[in-house]
Amino acid sequence: MSKHTFSIGGVHPHDNKISRECALEQLPLAPTVYIGVSQHIGAPSVPCVAVGDKVKVGQVIAEPGGFVGAFIHSSVSGTVKSIAPRADLAGRATTHIEIAVEGDEWLEGIDTSDTLITTIPDDAKAIIDKIRLGGVVGLGGATFPTHVKLSPPPGSKCERVIINGCECEPYLTSDFRTLLEKGEQVVVGAALLQKAMGGVPCTIAIEENKPEAIAHIREVIAKLGYKDMEVMVMKMMYPQGGEKQLIDAVMHRQVGSGALPISVGAVVQNVATALAVYDAVQKGRPIVDNSVTVTGECFPRQANLLVRVGTPLKYIIDYLGGIPADAAKIISGGPMMGRAVANLDAATVKGTGALLFLTEKQTRRAPETHCIRCGKCADACPMGLEPFLLNKLSKNADWEACEANAAQDCIECGCCLYSCPAHIPLLDNIRVGKGFALSAIRARAAAAKAAAEAAKK
Amino acid sequence: MSKLLVSPSPHIHSKDSTKSLMLDVVIALIPAVVCSVVFYGWQELMVLGVSVASCVLLEWAITKYMLKKPSTIGDLSAVVTGILLALNVPYTTPWWVVFVGAVVAVGVAKMTFGGLGQNIWNPALVGRVFLLVSFPTYMTTWSKPQGLFGVDAVSGPTPLGAIQEGLMQGSTVQELTSAYDYKDLLFANLGGSAGEVCALALLAGFVYLCCRKVIKPWITLSIFATVALTSLIFWGVNPARFTDPLFNLLTGGLVLGACFMATDYVTSPMSVWGGVVFGVGIGFLTVMIRYFGSYPEGVSFAILIMNSVVPLLNMWFKQKKFGRK
Repeated sequence: MSKHTFSIGGVHPHDNKISRECALEQLPLAPTVYIGVSQHIGAPSVPCVAVGDKVKVGQVIAEPGGFVGAFIHSSVSGTVKSIAPRADLAGRATTHIEIAVEGDEWLEGIDTSDTLITTIPDDAKAIIDKIRLGGVVGLGGATFPTHVKLSPPPGSKCERVIINGCECEPYLTSDFRTLLEKGEQVVVGAALLQKAMGGVPCTIAIEENKPEAIAHIREVIAKLGYKDMEVMVMKMMYPQGGEKQLIDAVMHRQVGSGALPISVGAVVQNVATALAVYDAVQKGRPIVDNSVTVTGECFPRQANLLVRVGTPLKYIIDYLGGIPADAAKIISGGPMMGRAVANLDAATVKGTGALLFLTEKQTRRAPETHCIRCGKCADACPMGLEPFLLNKLSKNADWEACEANAAQDCIECGCCLYSCPAHIPLLDNIRVGKGFALSAIRARAAAAKAAAEAAKK
Repeated sequence: MSKLLVSPSPHIHSKDSTKSLMLDVVIALIPAVVCSVVFYGWQELMVLGVSVASCVLLEWAITKYMLKKPSTIGDLSAVVTGILLALNVPYTTPWWVVFVGAVVAVGVAKMTFGGLGQNIWNPALVGRVFLLVSFPTYMTTWSKPQGLFGVDAVSGPTPLGAIQEGLMQGSTVQELTSAYDYKDLLFANLGGSAGEVCALALLAGFVYLCCRKVIKPWITLSIFATVALTSLIFWGVNPARFTDPLFNLLTGGLVLGACFMATDYVTSPMSVWGGVVFGVGIGFLTVMIRYFGSYPEGVSFAILIMNSVVPLLNMWFKQKKFGRK
């Protein structure tokens, strides 16, 4: 079996998929949910319900706040209690719509049956519009509105749809379970994306540590008989599922600095997104829930849960037996790129894929010592950057040099900090340099645009 | 759980630390250390002991009393320097000369620059060269290995020294090298610094380091290739004046230098191509010094010279960035 991988850098953290045998299970409804209006990249959505309104599952409760925006639907049925600022996962106050749950009544027109619908509509535009109405956003982590990604700017053309089933982050297993248990729906979702992009070929990329999923999806593709669709076995390597890395591995094309995947003809969608596309297009079912891996060596009960959007974290954790005594850090997402949770009252969003519990021993950072110039960070960087250099430039606040040395290309995968034997907080510092480099680039672009407009007049 | 830790990602770390890497280097040096003690006897053990102990003690004292900072001896880099320095001097070196070497290696070449990671030149080599220049009597009175249980100490020049001397007296290289069985060079049977005597033990350590991914093999291989190629050309032109490639590969500190000194993280380039150029430079300079220099042995000087250009090599040879030309 030939295995594919990206061409630069990468690390091999232990994959620790201890929850891989846990089948997807439905989390009972929480008494109250808090649905945020900023669950995606782009403009926050604008609430379109009022306090006291009765809502049903799947009903639109907030509308897109701009072109790069998404519909937000009620994940439960009940009464809107408040629309007010509330602390999110990171502790920042954002507007949330609080809904008291009453029963589980779905909006008319949503097909909640398990019947698999494999007929692909002919109209690509109609598919994309249904995806937009379903509030589908990229569930691989970036939560970029999917319909925007599927509408390439004029002049660019999609040549291949890549379904990202790498799940290269240690511990995470929700995509794996989705592939195993909802493989048919994912494959139909992939076929819908193929159609939406004009009938281009499709690659479903799965890492080698998920052989059952690889075999199952191959079987499903053969059974459903979709054309130009293949499973590609990827080498176990982090960050195999990074968008740019995956395109490099699958198509041998490198997306340039600051460019979008479409510039090399690629559209990448995560497995969970493909499932959401299926639900939205074939079933008229918007994103109201998502699968969340709850795991960690110190966590007594591993699980892959189907969680309604807006469920408070505390409710999920209590359902599984509460926070273990030796847990020191709770991470939303994987251990490499996930965010530490500061606030357990925060509610899940569409993009929440995991809750990971780490002990202090597992997550404690050793004290920083001198750089020994081993170059391990540069070897590990999948973008071919020099983290040791960017670290220094950032600390010296030399933003111009940061930009000249491509700090803005950093994808924040964490490989440099992970591999540094001197425990230097490389990525912490590089993020600062990246921010300044990006804002300088944006300021220049804005100035150039203004100058061009002034010249026109 | 009383409160939650919150910090930026990544939340896990590889098991590597400076200490674990240095420990791997120490493990890789064990075959060579055992070999040298077996071949040279208890005197070599004393040299090793004095060297390691003084390197570690000096670093501890300097951090504690001069820099007034937390001690850094825990990272084991002083142990590595100590072993390498010991392997770089003859086993007959008096203890106080070894101590002076340690003072220069750790005190001058390492700590004055700010400790591990800040030094420009390989500390053990600076110590060795200082001793070579300052105490030529001790450093050039090489003795043939007498063995752990042996009694007859036979004094004699190293192979490279003998040839240099022989050439000055008008002999040809063929006459001079015919005295050596190359198998002896590989398995350690000739006079030299402790670490120069058993190429096989050193190569075993090198393979260990590569397998553990502590170092990449490119620097070492490019040194070997360059030494072989350069001496092949000279030897091909005039075999009476110049020694052959195999002899050059197996004698002197070449194997020790190429496997353990040139691959020192701190004083070698970061990128693969930088490392290759670095290795080519060391290999070429080594052969040039051996053929035309006034010292019979050139590896130490060649490495120190190339150490000096590492910052330049780091600037010139960079990895290709993703999606950029």
